[in-house]
Amino acid sequence: MKRRVNRRTFVKGVAAAGAASALASCASAPGRWRFLTQPEAELVNLISDQIIPRDQDPGAIDAGVVYFIDKQLAGPYKRFQRDYREGLVTVEKTCVSMYEKKFAEVSWNEQTKVLEALESGPSARFFELIRDHCMQGFYGSPRHGGNKDYVSFRMLGLDYPQIIGQNRYS
Amino acid sequence: MALKHVNAVVIGAGAGGGVVAKELAEAGLSVVLLERGPWARFEDHDHDELISQRTTVLGNGFGPDDERYRRVVQDSDGQWRIVLPSEGGYNNNAACVGSGTVSYGAMAWRFMEQDFRMRSTYGTPEGSTLEDWPITYADLEPCYEKAEWEIGVSGGDANLNPFAAPRRRPYPMPPHPYTFEGRILEKAAVGLGLHPFPIPMLRNTVLRDGRPACVHCRYCVGFACEVNAKCGTHNTVIPKALRTGNCELRTESVAAEILTDDRGRVRAVRYFDDRDREQIQTADLVVVSCSATETPRLLLNSRSRLFPHGLGNRNDWVGRNLQGHAYTGSFGLFASDVYDDVGPGACIAACDYNHGLPDGLVGGAMLANEFIRLPYLFANRHEPGGARWGRGHKGFQRSWFRRHAGVQGPVQEIPVFEARVEVEPGVRDHWGIPVAKLSGQRHAHDVEVGKYVAARAEQWLIAAGAIKTWQRTPGRGLSGGQHQAGTCRMGNDPKTSVTNRYGRIHEVDNLFIADGSLHVTNGGFNPVLTIMALGYWVAGHIKTQWKGTGFRS
Repeated sequence: MKRRVNRRTFVKGVAAAGAASALASCASAPGRWRFLTQPEAELVNLISDQIIPRDQDPGAIDAGVVYFIDKQLAGPYKRFQRDYREGLVTVEKTCVSMYEKKFAEVSWNEQTKVLEALESGPSARFFELIRDHCMQGFYGSPRHGGNKDYVSFRMLGLDYPQIIGQNRYS
Repeated sequence: MALKHVNAVVIGAGAGGGVVAKELAEAGLSVVLLERGPWARFEDHDHDELISQRTTVLGNGFGPDDERYRRVVQDSDGQWRIVLPSEGGYNNNAACVGSGTVSYGAMAWRFMEQDFRMRSTYGTPEGSTLEDWPITYADLEPCYEKAEWEIGVSGGDANLNPFAAPRRRPYPMPPHPYTFEGRILEKAAVGLGLHPFPIPMLRNTVLRDGRPACVHCRYCVGFACEVNAKCGTHNTVIPKALRTGNCELRTESVAAEILTDDRGRVRAVRYFDDRDREQIQTADLVVVSCSATETPRLLLNSRSRLFPHGLGNRNDWVGRNLQGHAYTGSFGLFASDVYDDVGPGACIAACDYNHGLPDGLVGGAMLANEFIRLPYLFANRHEPGGARWGRGHKGFQRSWFRRHAGVQGPVQEIPVFEARVEVEPGVRDHWGIPVAKLSGQRHAHDVEVGKYVAARAEQWLIAAGAIKTWQRTPGRGLSGGQHQAGTCRMGNDPKTSVTNRYGRIHEVDNLFIADGSLHVTNGGFNPVLTIMALGYWVAGHIKTQWKGTGFRS
C-alpha cells in the first residue's frame, strides 16, 4: 500500500504540476471533493496558505493540505463537518466586515489580519481547529492526502522512507 | 452451548494480565485470557504519526476505536462531557494483545525503596491519601528480576545510578548507546554533579529470545516495532502461555460483568465475543487486569444482591485515588544540530531528583531526554509566545527541528481520594455496558514538585549548551493518562484499600487484580515494569494457594 502511494506521488512530483493549477483543474471534475464544496475548498486552500506559506520551501498549498482536510472531514473528522461549514462562512463574513471584499479578493496582508481577528475573537475555536488540521496535513504522513512528495519531511531534513544508514539527502 | 469450565479467567492481555496468564498456565491451571482487542500488526499503521498511540488525532493506532467506545469526563469547570478514545482526556490504553506493551516507549524502571514507603518517608500531606504499600521493594525485587529476564530489559552498569534500590542480578542485555544528544547531556550532567546513566529499556540491544536488536529507527514510542525488537507481553509471555497448551486467548472479547454465587464467591465472567454474542465463562478464579480505569469500571458494573455497590466496593474505595504522572520538564534550542536521527531517542536519565528535594517537597521525578519528536508533534512545540502559524512558525520548524532537545520526567503524584473512576449508567458503549466516568484533579503539591524539577531540567539543558530554554510544568486537572494507577489500592486494612497485599479483593476469596490499579503510589517513573512485577507477585501467590483441583485461600 505504502509503496504504491510512494510511486504515484513520485511520478506526480516529476510532472511538477503547480498546486494552484491542480486545484483549479478540480473545478472541472465534479465529485472531486468528498465533503467540501468547490468554494469552500478554495477558501480552505487560501487559509492553509496563510497557516503554512510557501517560502524557500513548499507550503501548505504545495503539500495539498486541502485534500487532507477534505478527506478527513469525510472520515475521522466527520464530527467537525458542521464546524467547517459554519466556520468558513464566518471567515468570509469577517473578511467582508473588515474589507468589504471576499477572502480571495483581499491582499495577503489583509488575509493575515482577518485570520488574526478570528484567532483572538469568538471564532477562536474554529481557527484553532483549522490551524491544527493544516499542521497535520503538512507534517503528517502523505497517505492521508497531504504532505505531498514528503515536502515537510524534506524541509526538516528527515529521510523518508527511512532506511537506516542508507538514504541521506545531500 | 455452555463454555467449558476453566480454572482461571484472566481479563486483559496487557502488561499485568499477560504475565499472570503465562504463570498460571505454566503451573498447570487451565486459563482463558480475554482481550478486548485483536492482535496488533506493525503493517496496520506502520510509521503513521497521525494514527499512533502517541498522536491520536486520526484515531488510536491500536485501539480502542472511536465507533464503539466512550467515556465521560468532568472538565475543570465542572462540566461533564463525553469523550472519544482518540480525544485528549479519554486516558487511553491500547486495546490489543499486549496492550500498551506493543507500542510503548519501553522504559523499564524499578521503583525505588522510598516509593513503596511514601507515608513513612514524608508523612501525609493535607488533602491526600498518601500511604505506604503493604509490600516493600525487597518483596517485589525477585519479581522485577523475573520481568527483566523473561520479558527482556537492556540496561547499563547498575553502579552508575547510586539512587537505585539494590538488585541481585544485572540486566540481561547491554544498554542502548547514547545518541549525540545523549552524549552532550551526559557531559553536562557530570559537570553539574548529577549521576546520569543509560535508560533501562524493554527493547533488545542484541539478538535475544529469537528476536533481533533494535535498528534505531525514529519511530518508537506510539508504534509497533517493525523488526520486533521491542519486548512486550505480546511477543514474550503470552506466546509462552499459549505454547503450554493450557491457555486459550480469546481476542475481541469484551468483559461486561463478573458474576458471583450466593456465597459471595466469583463463579463466572459475562462477556461479548468477537461476534458480539454474549458468553458466560465459568471459572474457579478470576484475575482482572484491565488497567486503572477499566478494572474499577468492571468491578463497579458487577453489582448483585451481596454486592450492591459493586465488587470490592463495600467501603467506597474502588475507583478512588486515580493517579498518573504530572509530566514536567524543559526544552532547549542549540546553536548547532543535536539531532542525529538515531532512535528511539530517549537514552539518558538521572534519578537525582526522585527524592530528597528541599523545602518539604514530597517525592520528585526521574529526568530523561525525550523520545524523537516527530514532525507533527514538533509543530506544537513552539517557544512560549512564539508564532503558532504563518511564516514565523514555519521558520521555527525549519531552523530548530534538528537543534532542539527536551529533558522531562514523570512527577510522582500525591494520591487524592476525590480523583476517581465511576460508572455512568446513562452512557453506554457499543455492547450496552455503562462507561467509565472520570473526575477530580491532581493535588496542588504535584504542581510545586513539577516547578522544582522543571527548573533542574532547564539547568541541565543550559549546562549542555542550550542557547534558549523554556519550562513546561504541569497544571492541575484530571490525571490518569497512559500511566494510570491507584484505583484499586492494595493494603492491609480492608477499610482503606480494595485488595490485600497479594492483589486479592478483600471481600471475595477468588477474585484478584493484577495491574496498575493496585499501586498505592505510582513512583516517579514509567510504571510498566512494576505492573509486570506485580503480575508475577499476584500469580505467585495464586500458585501457592492452588490445590490442583480447586482454589483455596
